[in-house]
Amino acid sequence: MNLAFHGPIADGRPKLPGSLHVNRRLDRWLSFHAEGFVTIRPGKVELGQGILTALAQISAEELDVALSRIRIQPAATPDSPDEAVTSGSLSVQECGMALRHACADARRIHLGVVAQRSGVPMEDIAVRDGDFVAPDGRGLGSYWAMADAALLAVEASPEAQPKPAAERRIAGHSAPRLDLPDKVFGEPRFVHDLRLPGMLHARMVRPPSRAAKLLEMRPGPALPDNAAIFRDGSVLAVVAEEEHLAQLAAERLARRAVWEECDTLPAEGTLEDWLRSAPRESSVVMENAAEVPPPVHRIQASFFRPFLAHGSIGPSCAVARWDGSSMEIWCHSQGIYNLRTDLAKALRLPAEQIIVRHMEGAGCYGHNGADDVALDAALVARAHPGRPIRVLWSRAEELGWSPFSPAMLVEVEAQADASGTLTSFTLDVISNGHSGRPGRGKEPTLLAASMLAEPFPVPLSINPPLAGGGGAQRNAIPPYCVPALRVAMHRLLEMPIRSSALRGLGALVNVWAIESVMDELAGLAGEDPLSHRLRHLDDARSRDVLNRAAQMAGWAQRVKAEGRGMGLAVSRYKGSGAWCAAVAEVEAAERVLCRRLWLAVDVGEAINPDGIANQVEGGAIQATSMCLMEAVRHDTRAITSDAWERYPILRFSEVPEVAAEIIARPEAPPLGAGEASMGPVIAAIANAIADALGVRLRHWPFTPENIAKAP
Amino acid sequence: MDPHGAHDPGMTRFTLNGTEVAPSIAADAPLLAALRGPLGLSGPRFGCGEEQCGACVVLVDGTPAFACTMPVAAVTGKCVETVEGLGTPEAPHPLQRAFLELQAGQCGYCLSGILMAAAALLRRVPQPSAAQVKEALDPHLCRCGSHNRILRAVLRAAEEMQPA
Repeated sequence: MNLAFHGPIADGRPKLPGSLHVNRRLDRWLSFHAEGFVTIRPGKVELGQGILTALAQISAEELDVALSRIRIQPAATPDSPDEAVTSGSLSVQECGMALRHACADARRIHLGVVAQRSGVPMEDIAVRDGDFVAPDGRGLGSYWAMADAALLAVEASPEAQPKPAAERRIAGHSAPRLDLPDKVFGEPRFVHDLRLPGMLHARMVRPPSRAAKLLEMRPGPALPDNAAIFRDGSVLAVVAEEEHLAQLAAERLARRAVWEECDTLPAEGTLEDWLRSAPRESSVVMENAAEVPPPVHRIQASFFRPFLAHGSIGPSCAVARWDGSSMEIWCHSQGIYNLRTDLAKALRLPAEQIIVRHMEGAGCYGHNGADDVALDAALVARAHPGRPIRVLWSRAEELGWSPFSPAMLVEVEAQADASGTLTSFTLDVISNGHSGRPGRGKEPTLLAASMLAEPFPVPLSINPPLAGGGGAQRNAIPPYCVPALRVAMHRLLEMPIRSSALRGLGALVNVWAIESVMDELAGLAGEDPLSHRLRHLDDARSRDVLNRAAQMAGWAQRVKAEGRGMGLAVSRYKGSGAWCAAVAEVEAAERVLCRRLWLAVDVGEAINPDGIANQVEGGAIQATSMCLMEAVRHDTRAITSDAWERYPILRFSEVPEVAAEIIARPEAPPLGAGEASMGPVIAAIANAIADALGVRLRHWPFTPENIAKAP
Repeated sequence: MDPHGAHDPGMTRFTLNGTEVAPSIAADAPLLAALRGPLGLSGPRFGCGEEQCGACVVLVDGTPAFACTMPVAAVTGKCVETVEGLGTPEAPHPLQRAFLELQAGQCGYCLSGILMAAAALLRRVPQPSAAQVKEALDPHLCRCGSHNRILRAVLRAAEEMQPA
């Protein structure tokens, strides 16, 4: 269950794949219906990444039914398997492999019964789109005819054998996204589109700055729509019948609210000093001691990145209904059970009285406001029994109050001999923890919990262990052969700005730092960056993606042009996930634009190749936006980049062309594709800028101001 | 909570996807509130409320407009088109068909606005260059990074819409 956090589970029970190990009953995962379809019940959720389509493909494949026969039940407590959080590019490994095995087992169980009943040996029975067929063409029944047989009311057997790769016809082929038609025709699909009878609209009135306390409300005229005011401590909201009047009422009420404010944030220009000086907890991630000769080449560099925002296009939204004894919530959380755990704490209700239902939200790239808005809606709903309450965050809340990816500082010292061969590498990564997700600690991590009249303390974010992918230390261990290695992590023990997981976590900065230093070393030794990397890599799949990307980009034939540069980078995501190499071409004029990207990825078995390409391309474009443009802005009190104008992201005219190729490994275990391209793309862009301008970037984003700061 | 404000059902009449409507909503309410509220649509989406992201874009007399800030009174007597009016699963607009063929989208939240802006472009410039498509879509944010697929889908639809 969510290896991203817990690591592998050793509980003495026979090992079952992925989340099936901890959710062992088959009927929890799937059921057949007499009408001729199958329901599958993934605990992982659609975030815009297309996972439901891949899961349906895997299931259809093992059952031998057409993809169109698969229905997907949206995840909800308490019936869906508890798969913790949809994160870490782990859904194919954890949910996909669980479904693959569960469906293979369901098929085996059904064929066993049919064989016994018909006398036809099990291995001779074919399954044709759910119908069981004897070698002589005789029909022997179907899943649909046996739908009521309760055959799946058993634990999965370790004996089940999913199909060998060569026999797959659905998994491994591009299938169109099952969710896309609704989105192209404007059908209601998002939680934002949910309309329940009697539903009221609420808007939150946020404090003007972090840590501000609500003192009082100045008297004033009635609010539009006679909107009701909700207040619990510093949690303030308005509730109205009509959505736009709730909006108007929130604006009016904000002008009447009196807050006590104080300075709690480091000044923007001092973030780097703050990272160096804040109290910290240090730990060694990896250490290999070795006697090494005095270096000929030595590079010492610090890489700084400010806080980053998620920037989902749709603001967070939830609907909650309190009937006096139970709370039902519809939201776009990545982890419905984890959210339920924290809602129970924050609402001071037993978890059994809370139902959390997942509905899709706009693109989710990590721990954003989805969980927070669920608590907002629940708090307001409790004050309006029987009336569903819909809370939609404003753009300012989305960009200003969602958790952020923490500011980071990565300090590297690399030593090499005369040929540029690495002899020693040390890396220190400093930041707040990268996970403040709900459901894992003593105190709830939800935004409003710390603002209640009886507040909860804000828990410090943590870094998951490296075995579960890590947080700040994700990809901090270089993939290159080096005799002396020391990687350390320093987690800050104060968290003025709430930090949590955003796509790639620490990998984005660690890969940037490592790949920049490798490039510089190659330069010092007068070696091509590609060959320099290749001879330091003993991992064949890393070399394969690197060679492939270089070939796609025509690396060997590249011609230096004024104001243009090319750079490359490689990384295996988390050291245990997908491999990706990137080549970037940039154009440096008044500002730097990335013009082209070439990517090669290896995700093992590719369940839905086009879906993987879409994720890899998307990650590449998002990473380009992040490194060229993005930084959360703030003063000593408040986040000031709470509008798109102050947190600009890449627009159509600025987007690079992206070519992505998948190296086919149908026999290899499948790996998630969602995050793998980000680190390599950022690093390749930084290296391309160095190629174009001859300067090494140490400050993110790669703007003219920060390029000017480069040594 | 009593209804409040200048409610006068029928005060604002306009044509929505070919049908005359008179939503029961205040004249100064945003067009988006009318479309998603009393008119029951889901396609036009709230993204920022500040004309910065394009998720709410609809066509008013054929021109892209930000429904999040435009008061509903401003479309009195005009023709409003949303993605619901563009096509249906049974009879998709060439743009919708191309978006599905090329899987041009990830989360899909931005697509309604982008499809409408693209539809307006293709009426004005039936054979746009890639640069013209980018220019037309520059007011639209996509955070998932589906831009290149969207660009190719618009160009493919343009090709398909050409008389043989």
